[in-house]
Amino acid sequence: MEAIRETLAQSVFFGMVISLLCYQIGAAVQKKTKLAIANPLLISVVIIIGILMLLDIDYDAYYNGAKYIQYFLTPATVSLAVPLYRQMRYIKKYPAAVFGSIASGVLMAMGSIFLMGLAFGLTHEQYVSLLPKSITTAIGIGITEKMGGMVNVTIIAISITGILGNIAAEGVCRLFRIQEPVAKGLAIGTASHALGTAKAMEMGEVEGAMSSLSIVVAGILTVVTVSIFAPFI
Amino acid sequence: MKFIRQLTIIFCISLIAELMEYLIPLPVAASVYGLVLMLAGLMTRLIPLEKVEGAADFLVEIMPILFIPPTVSIMISFEVLKQLLIPVTVVSVVSTILVMAVTGRTAQGIMRRSHKDRGMSVSAEEKGK
Repeated sequence: MEAIRETLAQSVFFGMVISLLCYQIGAAVQKKTKLAIANPLLISVVIIIGILMLLDIDYDAYYNGAKYIQYFLTPATVSLAVPLYRQMRYIKKYPAAVFGSIASGVLMAMGSIFLMGLAFGLTHEQYVSLLPKSITTAIGIGITEKMGGMVNVTIIAISITGILGNIAAEGVCRLFRIQEPVAKGLAIGTASHALGTAKAMEMGEVEGAMSSLSIVVAGILTVVTVSIFAPFI
Repeated sequence: MKFIRQLTIIFCISLIAELMEYLIPLPVAASVYGLVLMLAGLMTRLIPLEKVEGAADFLVEIMPILFIPPTVSIMISFEVLKQLLIPVTVVSVVSTILVMAVTGRTAQGIMRRSHKDRGMSVSAEEKGK
């Protein structure tokens, strides 16, 4: 039994299989319950952590296989240019709305993180780790490393942000009466990067394209703004 | 083979992007350089849309799955970060909602002010083209 467990854990297919399988379970649960909280990513992550703990398999063994899935993140992000290109006419039509809103969103992120950082008495290291929390993991990690923050904290904050953005996007848009597809996409992408964008894409191609545009613009604006806000705490 | 050709173009751009990440001293990830390169290629028609769209749409569709491995890594950081869990959660939740609301309202405000006559029917109007 122990030998079987060992072999399973050592195989690169283990991480891949449980990731793909658990995601499908998550997707099936969401389809059945139609609940926003039943997010396939959230469900799959919870099940995977449960399985790993139950079988006493450490993260490295899981990651040994799962990393091959993660390798597709760069080409997938590159591919976001395609839906963006298809919707280019919206960007040309509303340049002020696009750049004005994303800039205001990035400033809101920095400002609110600064104020809450003060309130919680965070150290500089903890504070700068949270600053890139609304943007895509790839750029966010780069920023945290550059600013001397803790990458782990950034990953957790970005994950919470993304999952929350994905789950709450429809509710927040309804609550604040954000009705324009263009405005919804900008809001979701600026607030919750690629994970939110997955939801924006379900809402419609315009929402998805504006959301993926926001990932890039918000990411670059954040790189610039972080250097201004970082010395505040 | 068509799918392989499309993937080759996308991976090739990813490769160039990683080289750019190495050469350009900015805290910008390879994927962002790649996205900009791909967009520039599409806009200049150096890369025709039909040469990449099948594989690109597939990769975009499976994107949430690609976030599973980094998210599962929470399990190894959890013990260390237990004490930070409350501030990190509060900051993440509050700022995410604030950013979403401010960005959306700003965008909608600017759009409705400059296109008062079109306003609500932006997408319907575009579909009709």
